[in-house]
Amino acid sequence: MKKYRILIAKPGLDGHDRGAKVVAHALRDAGFEVIYTGLRQTPEQIVKTAIQEDVDLIGLSILSGAHLQLSKKVIDLMKKEGIGHVPVFVGGIIPPDDVPKLLEIGVCRVFGPGTPLSKIVQEVKEVLEGVTSANGS
Amino acid sequence: MDHKNIARLITLLENTPEKAKEILTSLPRRTAPVIGFTGSPGVGKSTLIDQVIAKLRSSGKTVAVVAVDPSSPFSQGAFLGDRVRMKKHFLDDGVFIRSMASRGALGGLNESIYDVVELLESVGFDYVLVETVGVGQAEVEVRYVADVVVLVLSPGFGDEMQLLKAGIMEIADIYVVNKADLVGSDSLYDQLVSFLTFAGRDVSSVVKTSALNAHGIEELVNKITALWEKLVETGKLRELRRQRMKHHAENLARRTLQKYLSLADLEDPYEGVEAALRSMCERLKDGQGGGT
Repeated sequence: MKKYRILIAKPGLDGHDRGAKVVAHALRDAGFEVIYTGLRQTPEQIVKTAIQEDVDLIGLSILSGAHLQLSKKVIDLMKKEGIGHVPVFVGGIIPPDDVPKLLEIGVCRVFGPGTPLSKIVQEVKEVLEGVTSANGS
Repeated sequence: MDHKNIARLITLLENTPEKAKEILTSLPRRTAPVIGFTGSPGVGKSTLIDQVIAKLRSSGKTVAVVAVDPSSPFSQGAFLGDRVRMKKHFLDDGVFIRSMASRGALGGLNESIYDVVELLESVGFDYVLVETVGVGQAEVEVRYVADVVVLVLSPGFGDEMQLLKAGIMEIADIYVVNKADLVGSDSLYDQLVSFLTFAGRDVSSVVKTSALNAHGIEELVNKITALWEKLVETGKLRELRRQRMKHHAENLARRTLQKYLSLADLEDPYEGVEAALRSMCERLKDGQGGGT
């Protein structure tokens, strides 16, 4: 089986990464190789890291309220750098009204507070397997 | 080669080792200093590397880093957190950082480390830094991969008994007493010096650093480059590289055999190995190549 690599990143200025660490830990226990960027990353830093680490999926953890702007910036940059095919999911404090907006920007999944870890793991697997079969590899 | 291509080639080397030969022979052979950093968990290897990168960059050198963290023996997953300490270099195009999971390798590195290091040398980096997982006493493979091995220690490491033990203490070219801002670093330094003295070794191989505030980093980098230059001048480097190639080959042979064994339906260990070797030979005769 292919070994999937997932980047968990904290864009922007909020200083709380308990959620990101809990998700990273759950993905680790589900057999993924998880790379963590640490706090307060710019979209540029996140995209550079995603390139060097050749990840299959990016998870953004955003609690600051700037999820629309930050997600858009990351996804635009990814397209510019030629890694627009890598799926991005977002987790954090996301008002329900913003979920469709995030999906429109190009985010593949949004996980709000209280999402069970098993659901995150399950959906991450679906997304990754979907990408793999779409690429025929 | 741009970072995206390098990154993809590393993934290929990791996931499909049978392609390694083709990938690496398509690139020009090039030699760069390969510096290994090893030591127990939490002694400050990643933070120290972060400072070493900064120093090397200030003299215009390009740097590649491979940082290995352990894979879970249960889920095979991994949490790779070394680059968190190297954030200030994320936007520098002269620095390439790659995290790797150990994927069951026992020597403190990863099975594809030889191929990956060779790739990073070939694509033109001036320095290749290799960080092992946080090691105990016996994970010594970095000795075969790196030209210069830096063992990072910090106060709280244990008493003199730990310095006398075989294994990790024997493989270093340079001993770093990191976290020199903490209480206990002076006595660790003294113990190290006395240990090296009665082992008949050069006490100038000990450096005190504080990666937190960049103390001692210049001295460390100067020692590393001086050692490397000496290896080149004395011809010792050629010998080290020959040894590295031998370990690379052993590693390949082990992986190939393991693959055949994992496919076989074993009834008896001895016959199983014989059968695996036979099918390997037949495959080679058929011109399907070795690899794993």
